[in-house]
Parts: sequence; C-alpha cells; structure tokens
Amino acid sequence: MLDTLKQPKRGVVPPASREQYVEAFNWMLLARTVEEKLASLWRAGKISGGVYLGKGQEAISAALGIMLKPGDIFGPLIRDQAGRLAFGEPLIDVFRVHFGSRTGLSRGRDGNVHRGDPRRGYHAMISHLGSLISVVIGALVARRFQGDITAIGATTIGDGGTSTGAFHEALNMAAVEKLPLVVVVVNNQYAYSTPNHRQFACTDLVERAIGYGIEGHSLDGTDLRECLEVLGQATERARSGHGPQMVVGNCLRLTGHGEHDDAFYMDKSLSYTRLGRDCLKVAENYLQEHQWADEALLENWRKNAKEQVEDAVVNAQHEPLADPNSETWCPYATQRIAAALSVR
Amino acid sequence: MTITYLEAIREAQEKALRDDERVYIYGQDVGAFGGAFKATKNLAKEFPGRVLDAPISEDAMVGSAIGAAIEGMRPIIEMQFADFSAVAINQIVNQAATLYWRTQVACPITIRLPSGGNPGSGPFHSQCLESLYSHFPGLVVMTPATVEDAYTMLLEAVEIDDPVIFCEHKYLYNRLKSDLLPETGLPCDTARVARFGRDVTIVTYSAMVHEALAAADQLRKEDIEAEIIDLRCVKPFDLRTVLSSVARTARLLCVGESWPWGGVNSEVITSVVTHGFLLLDAPPQRINSKDTPIPFHPNLWGVHKPSSQVIAAAARRLCEW
Repeated sequence: MLDTLKQPKRGVVPPASREQYVEAFNWMLLARTVEEKLASLWRAGKISGGVYLGKGQEAISAALGIMLKPGDIFGPLIRDQAGRLAFGEPLIDVFRVHFGSRTGLSRGRDGNVHRGDPRRGYHAMISHLGSLISVVIGALVARRFQGDITAIGATTIGDGGTSTGAFHEALNMAAVEKLPLVVVVVNNQYAYSTPNHRQFACTDLVERAIGYGIEGHSLDGTDLRECLEVLGQATERARSGHGPQMVVGNCLRLTGHGEHDDAFYMDKSLSYTRLGRDCLKVAENYLQEHQWADEALLENWRKNAKEQVEDAVVNAQHEPLADPNSETWCPYATQRIAAALSVR
Repeated sequence: MTITYLEAIREAQEKALRDDERVYIYGQDVGAFGGAFKATKNLAKEFPGRVLDAPISEDAMVGSAIGAAIEGMRPIIEMQFADFSAVAINQIVNQAATLYWRTQVACPITIRLPSGGNPGSGPFHSQCLESLYSHFPGLVVMTPATVEDAYTMLLEAVEIDDPVIFCEHKYLYNRLKSDLLPETGLPCDTARVARFGRDVTIVTYSAMVHEALAAADQLRKEDIEAEIIDLRCVKPFDLRTVLSSVARTARLLCVGESWPWGGVNSEVITSVVTHGFLLLDAPPQRINSKDTPIPFHPNLWGVHKPSSQVIAAAARRLCEW
C-alpha cells in the first residue's frame, strides 16, 4: 500500500548548514526556556487556567517555523512555542497572554496557546482540533484571489486531531484546491491520555496522504537534522506548485497534556526507545559532534535564552491586567450593531 | 417586470460580485449548476473563478471563509439547506463569532441559510435556526420577509464587518414577487411596521410576517386591528419600535417558525416585560412551531408551524383579556 504513497525522494534539499541548524537550535532552546518558566509561574499560581508545553516537540516546531518566510501563513497548535518564536512572535507576547495583560494580543479575553496575530498571518487557534486547517486554507484562497502565488501556509496537529471530521474535510478541500499547504502531524503517541492504538487503525498516519491524493513525508521528530531536511523539502514542494504536503513527525510527548497532568498513564518503556529521546539533547550532541558548538558556546546560548525570558517576564508583569471596567464587553466590529445591542 | 424573493437574492449577489472584488461565493453546487435553488444561476459564468463549487464539507467551507475574511475577502457561503449548517456550527459559533473578540480582527463573512419548510421537506430540509444562532455573541442574524429586504439586506450583510447568518425563507422564494428592486433599504437594526393597528401588536419576521398579515385580514372582519412588526433582523432586533407599538396596543403576540425554547420570541417578550411591563394590559403570548422535529407529511406539517388561523385565534384571546 505504501508503494502508492507520493513520497518525494530525500536529499533534494541539501543537508542543513551550520547556520540553519544553529538558528533552529536556538529557537528550540528559547522555547524550552520559556516553557520551563511558564511551568514554574503556573506552579506558583501566577497564571490562571492551563499551561500546555511542547517539550519533546521543539525540533519539529522550530524547523517548520524557520522554513516559513515573511508573508507566509502559520496556524500553530498547542505545542508550537518554538515555531511561534521562529515565525516572529515577540517573546513578551507569550507572557502577556499567559498573565492576561491588557496590552496583550487577546487582552485577557483568551489565554495561553490561543494567541495569535492574524493580521500578519499568525493565526489564533481555538480549542476544537482540526478546525484551524480550513482557516489556513481560506487564507491561502484569499492570497490566490489577490494574486499572491508565493506564499505558503503551514499548520500543525497531533495524532488525536487527525481523527476529527474537520481534519478530513480540510485535507480533502486543500487537495481539491491544490493549495500550497503544509500540514504537519506530530504523532507524540498520546492524545491527552489516549494512546495511538485507541486513536487510529492505520499502520502509519502518513498513509492517509494516499487517500487525499497529496504528497506525504515522514520524519524522526527527535532529530533536528532530519526535521530541517524533510520540512525544508515539504515547504519547498508546496512553494513550487506541488500542492498540499502532509508531514508526519514521530516523537514522544515528554510532559503531561498540560502542567496539571502527571501523565501516569504513559508507557514508561517508550522513554527508552528512539522516540523517547529529548530532541534538545540530541541536537546539543550533534552540534558538539560536528564541532559547530562547544560546551562553552552552548552555555552562553543557554544564559542568553534565560536572560531574554527573565526580561520578558519582568516587563510583562509590569503591565496592567485585564480590567472589567475598561473592557468594552463588545464582540462586534460593526459600530452600529454594537450600539443596537448595547441599548439593553 | 416582476422579480421574486429568490431572484432578489441572486441579483444582490450579482451586484456584490460586480461592485466588490473582495466578494466570492462558495457552496455546494453553486457553480455551473447555479445552486440547488438557483440562487447563483449564471453567476459562475459571469464571474469566472469567483463562484466556486465546494465539496460536501460544511465545516471546512465556513473555516475557509473565516481565513479568507482575515486576509481581506468578503466571502458568501451558501449552505444548501439551513439544516446542514449544523455540520459547520463549530466554525460558526466558536471560530467566526469569537474572532473579533479574541483578536480584534473582523470576520466579515455572510452565511446564507435557505430556511423553513415547504410541503414534504421533512425534518432535515425545513429548519429555522435563527434562534439557535442568535444565542451566540458575535453573530448578526437577519431574517428578511420581503423581496426588497432580501435584496438590500443581503448587500448589507456583505458590507457588515461581522459574521452574518442570513436566514432566507424557502417558502418565500418563488411565492413573493415585487415590481422592482430598491436602491437602498432600512438598516437591519430597524424594524418595519408591516401593518398599522391599534388593538394588538404582533411581532414576527421572515415567512411568518405573511401569516400574520393574513391573520390581520381575518381579524379586521371582527373589528380587531392588529399591528404587525416585521423585525427584519432578530439579532440585533429593534426593541424601540416594538415598545412604541406595545405602548399603543398594550398587547403583545410574538410569532416565529423556530422552536419555542430559548428563542427569539422569548427574547422579545423578556425585553418587553423588562422594559415595558407597565405598558401591558395582558400577558404577552408567543406562537412557535410545535416542539417536535419537523414532520414530512403535509397533513402534519401544516399544523406543526404557526398558521394564520392559529395566530388570529391567539390575537383574539389576547384582545378578550
């Protein structure tokens, strides 16, 4: 069956350069540092609601983020801190939204991973999985109407999200419209607590690309080099008119679903497999093996990430919080509609 | 020359496509086929590439409209039947309706819902969902009752920066005719007094306006003058016009084709009781469709939805209070 999978040959895109690898690594490192801080702020009771981390998925996310260019469209999901930063999210926005700052992207109206800046192609997910894919499709349709044939769109989803009707509708629609869309399925083995074998029955999720008539790619999500190579190729294929690309990245979620979840249900033996490797450690080793960075340089990068995060936290904490008295309580953009409803 | 309610919808879409390059139409069979009801007849030919057939994927249709709107387009989505919009309800109520609130980016999409019953249509091709969508903050819900409103309000829907649920009534499609289309209409948040009367106010919208008008004809023979308010738009609705009518008649009857629980009628009555309790000489009444799924056979369907006889009887009782 896999014989019919349209899987472009590897090696079309040259292996990652030191420059590219180091850039992606630093986004991974910054994302990990951000998330460790978020977890500690959450434990200290400084963040309302949940905190959802992407530990173990930074390589896929960062590699995708750096393949996108200004003017592209990105619909990140919950474990995409690295990709968000690589796509240009200002660090302070992460903390503004988590704290509920009045100056943040959603001004206390929505929190944590639901942030985005759709004006610049950075979409704000809702909790309903699969539903963001068609929004990215629509943005690409608009670009096509407007004569922009250079932009691509990318969005991510987990193994669980592939079971939704919205996922199926969107993948099929993107294929029908032959859009330059990259859908990255991060199979981190668990959807909250549900393991793969209770989620889907195909051998490998990439097989689904066959049914949609689109190109499929697989990658080892613990290996940044492979993430860069395969996502480089998938984004390039999308950009050069080969239609939607489905990329399935395999890894292990190295954290609970959220910080409230101790993940007691996870099969501990997975930690000792290739899937269970920490992509950040793998990348550090790779950098050292290739003499692209030594321990002193790594330590310097870590220190730099920590400083940036501390600065962002302090600055965000000084901002005023969401306030019911200055809140407009108006969900309408049209003034006269808002006025008509405020009469009551 | 006469023009039907359905043709007015087509004409409005033609004008929107002609005047505004941001507009495109997306829905099942809307292209060369011209739509299940022919509301997009010939538009694909007139505007190549801008009237597009969609796969049977209501969720993704609306999701894609939201993405396109974010990028500056003004999509019109045709649901083949209002009933099928239930498949897209997540995109409509969670994505489209919350977008501006969450991101300060407007979501100017229009979703056309061919609504309401026709004889023999049954439970899944007859629904009126205006009450459902009115429940969600962020949506505008229009319910035109005339050829003129079908035309001007659809154009207004495309212009509005918020998501608009445009409930067009299938029963009116070919039954209502007018001589010509107006250049401009009332803004959607203004109700229309469809008939003046002194004895009882009947607040209604969409196809039920015509049942109420027929009821008013019957009542006149008994010397009861009913005032008919056509809300035109149920969210927001024009409470001021409703209250000023109730101030004169002191009696309120609300009529809608959707189901009773938590509906438009309930909202109108609550608002009148809250803001105008002392204007009332009798308890406000409402008439909805029966609280069951919509029956297929015309013998059942005919009594499932409100009729002019039922409306007249309720108005009569109110006046005897």
